[in-house]
Amino acid sequence: MTIVGMTGDEAVAYAVKQSKVDIVAAYPITPQTIMVERFSKYVADGEVQTEYVCVESEHSAMSACVGASLTGARVFTATSSQGLALMHEMLYIASGLRCPIVMGVANRALSAPINIHGDHSDMMGSRDSGWMQIYAENAQEAYDWTIMAFKIAEDKNIQLPVSVNLDGFIISHCVEGVDVLEDEGVNQFLQTRKPLFILDPEKPITFGALCFTDYYFEFKRQQVEAMLNVGGVLDKICKEYKGITGRNYNVLETFGMEDAEAAIICLGSTAGTAREVARKLRAQGKKVGVVKLWLYRPFPTEEISAVLKHVKALAVFDRAISFGAPYGALCSDVVSALHTLEENPRIFNVIYGLGGRDIEPSDIEFAFNEALETARTGVVKEETMFLGVRE
Amino acid sequence: MTSEEKKPGWKSLPMGAAVLEPGSSLQYKTGDWRAFKPVVDKEKCINCLFCWIYCPDAAFIRKEKWVEVNYDYCKGCGICAKECPKEAIKMVEEQK
Repeated sequence: MTIVGMTGDEAVAYAVKQSKVDIVAAYPITPQTIMVERFSKYVADGEVQTEYVCVESEHSAMSACVGASLTGARVFTATSSQGLALMHEMLYIASGLRCPIVMGVANRALSAPINIHGDHSDMMGSRDSGWMQIYAENAQEAYDWTIMAFKIAEDKNIQLPVSVNLDGFIISHCVEGVDVLEDEGVNQFLQTRKPLFILDPEKPITFGALCFTDYYFEFKRQQVEAMLNVGGVLDKICKEYKGITGRNYNVLETFGMEDAEAAIICLGSTAGTAREVARKLRAQGKKVGVVKLWLYRPFPTEEISAVLKHVKALAVFDRAISFGAPYGALCSDVVSALHTLEENPRIFNVIYGLGGRDIEPSDIEFAFNEALETARTGVVKEETMFLGVRE
Repeated sequence: MTSEEKKPGWKSLPMGAAVLEPGSSLQYKTGDWRAFKPVVDKEKCINCLFCWIYCPDAAFIRKEKWVEVNYDYCKGCGICAKECPKEAIKMVEEQK
């Protein structure tokens, strides 16, 4: 066991180094910059064999990644916020051409007004792009998921790109102790990519051909199937990873859910704060619990339904707004996941932390108490609560 | 592609719309996109080959004294009829 002090961004860069990536094409943007900055140092110092492609924009970064991935290379990129927005068009091409690209995303608010701090509006805006989405709670998880992400993405039954998300600054820039594997351990776990088809001048094939009304639909159906395969593959890979690290991952993690009457479900770093507050409230005899989603796309509908079916009230925490929608993205998905239950929990949406606004333990405690009150009365006072905004 | 042809379902198609055989675009017959077809009047045709040059699909076949259309690939854009200096090409509506 080797514990190294690293920021979340550095932990991702280190994981990418150990994953023996062939190509990195990226453009720097706060708060992701350190990922590619550290990685470019590994390249400059000759510590990796990776080809680092300097590009003029994120649109080009993702385009280069797609081309590289189609040659059979293992590919990584990273971005945040406006950068992700700029590569939006190419995200669909990466997933449509079934490129198992891994992308580190240090989540950051979208302009306007311009802001560099953490919220989930960037990746939530790309939730229908056909990318898998994993959210890390801390630097350790960012490291572990980055390594596992390559193996999940490159599985023959998946072949889809994946984003490993970490909250901008809160995880990306905070130094934590990260338990890292030996290089050889990562090598044995990942091995080299085994692509199904590759661009090869000796055996010419075509990627990106025109598909009209007569074929397009079939290829979208294939992507749906790949998403359906993720749960089983991820489970197997997480178990294998646990075998070498002792760390237990899956699609979600729970705290206190065995008897919780009121619960919070959230993504990323907020889960740590929520767990700490839940621990305190449970010591006072309050039956509260926390569900942290590691995997947001594909949405683990069955697993969520299983852990939430006995809860009386649920506060769904969204660190992004879906303007004009009934709820934030996560809340809409949770409501959909639970609608087939005979007895639904009472659900309300908590929009919080936009533009990096701090979420304090007292905020979480307030939400838990609202949820407990809802559990007691069976009445939702406010469908959507904007936690921490000034009136 | 003609509508009568049995097309494969999503399970048997190559992943990610990869085309595994080179030169296969010839198999994709775009003639059924056509709403109007060019008909060449051999009497008027002076074999100047403007149509042959302008056709974006290379769907004209050179003959010794006139031109013919390859209807497997002609999409019916009508550029040939527009460019023909002798008005030897008429666009005739396809009968389905």
